[in-house]
Amino acid sequence: MTMLKKKITNKDGNLKSGQNELFTNPDADAAREFFRTKSRALKPKLSTVEEVVKNYLHDGDYIGIGGFGAIRIPTAILHEIIRQKKKHLGFAGHTSTHDFQILAAGECFDKCDIAYIVGLEARGLSPNSRRYIESGKVKITEWSNATLSWRIKAAAMGLSFLPARNLMGTDTFKYSASKEIICPFTGQKYMAHPALYPDFAAIHVHECDVYGNAHIYGASVSDQDLAKASRYVVLTTEKIIPTEKIRQNPEATSIPFWCVDAVVEIPYGSYPGNMPYEYFSDEEYLRKWLTIEKDPTEFKKFIDKQIFGTKNFFEYLELNGGMEKMKKLRAIELLYDQK
Amino acid sequence: MIKYNQIELMICVAARNLEDGATVVVGTGAPCAAAMLAQKTHSPNLCILFEAGGVAPNLPAMPISVGDSRTFHQAIMASSMPEIMETCQRGMIDYTFLGGAQVDMYGNINSTMIGPDHSKPLVRFPGSGGANDLASLCWRTMMMTIQDAKRFTNDIDFITSPGYLQGGNSRYEAGLPRGTGPYRIITNMAIMGFDDTTKRMKVLSVNPGYTRKDVQNNCGFELIWADSIAETHEPDEDELRILRGKVDPDRYIIGR
Repeated sequence: MTMLKKKITNKDGNLKSGQNELFTNPDADAAREFFRTKSRALKPKLSTVEEVVKNYLHDGDYIGIGGFGAIRIPTAILHEIIRQKKKHLGFAGHTSTHDFQILAAGECFDKCDIAYIVGLEARGLSPNSRRYIESGKVKITEWSNATLSWRIKAAAMGLSFLPARNLMGTDTFKYSASKEIICPFTGQKYMAHPALYPDFAAIHVHECDVYGNAHIYGASVSDQDLAKASRYVVLTTEKIIPTEKIRQNPEATSIPFWCVDAVVEIPYGSYPGNMPYEYFSDEEYLRKWLTIEKDPTEFKKFIDKQIFGTKNFFEYLELNGGMEKMKKLRAIELLYDQK
Repeated sequence: MIKYNQIELMICVAARNLEDGATVVVGTGAPCAAAMLAQKTHSPNLCILFEAGGVAPNLPAMPISVGDSRTFHQAIMASSMPEIMETCQRGMIDYTFLGGAQVDMYGNINSTMIGPDHSKPLVRFPGSGGANDLASLCWRTMMMTIQDAKRFTNDIDFITSPGYLQGGNSRYEAGLPRGTGPYRIITNMAIMGFDDTTKRMKVLSVNPGYTRKDVQNNCGFELIWADSIAETHEPDEDELRILRGKVDPDRYIIGR
């Protein structure tokens, strides 16, 4: 067995590298220098969507978005990013679906790390997102869901890479920025995936206190690692809870306060996405969005009305059915018949 | 004579490949339906996992996303994406299902793009998502797809997810875990496996209503054939009753 592995090592004496651009610096010491200066203070961090996007996100920054495309997404932050016309962002397209649609509508990013983009899973492909990527305006590097998860995990661990056993032998690897390495213990070939330290992350949670100690229920995707890996972290939350509730059940804390820079309370903040145990996704609205995207002129009018024409997330909710709609989506989520 | 459509046949065939007590990572659509059908027929202890973190849910309905609430409804765990992918990497996941726009004779799959220039694709698809990871790390990969000569091609524009790469021992030599790879390609016309040595796609059985000629004519590369070619078993009454009544009563998948 050992001999066989040695043979393989010799055969591929020149280890391969992915040829595409690495958009972020994987250097762990550079990250430590930043984290050395990050506030550890247990202080109230309540803010507004407008302020956090203005203060923590700058043109050219690299961003990561929590949740899973149309599940537990920080919709209000995404809308505000395009309202404030942020440009030249780098974006982690990690299972991105509706979040990608919104940012693509504003042409906010021009660099994209791709695991999953331009689609909405079983709902179909997004015509506008495809037009944007097919235009060649966006620099792209290919990865996969596990690779982006592990790149974020490497950063969360304070490292510059993690070894793994995926991507090998494929074009996904060829157009990535990973590198083959040899395990110093076994001689086995691995992929070295570079750590991903985003400048900014926005994550929507079920509940948190004013300091940013947060509870996430349901699948957490990569959000605990994303909160640790990112330089600035903004939480939007369904509701603010007293710190006593965190302290009564400390093993349930998903994200601790020292990762978090700002907290914004936004009930129904994942709409039109699903919020596990609270409300289901608005499938009718997501279908409508996909249909309107087919016609660029109509889509521009739609975005003008939905995002630029609403002054904040609450107006956006009102425009799309308000509390009455939310009640319906709660019934779907909780599997009861609405009377 | 029982009447059924192509999707129903493919789902029933896929379900029969999932034995009781096995683990399977599925996406939305037909693969999820196959896993649910297996669970409600011969494999009550089939453990279904979803890449966003859901482990062994009691699925109350067909999920729309592999991360939505249904994927961890009354589940054993609502975990994370790294947790699921690391479980695959550790060798604990027996099966997965993938789809794609193109597949070649070694079971390599394209779900990324069409065109000669990666930076300016003629048609852009979602990309790997979890497909490359699952194809690399699960023991056996299956594919359910409608078969035509454009989709089954050796002129694959982009290898998103690894099959047997260039055939022979090349998958292992590339560094992928030993003993993993494509297992079954289930189409509307036939069921394929892979030759043990060359790793080329090999027809195992032909579906009712199709001939060998149909199968080869709707494939862009030369297929190899098992020594004896049986006719694929049709879905039986029980399978169809459960599929239509309990797995997909709204016909989201089987009505396509």
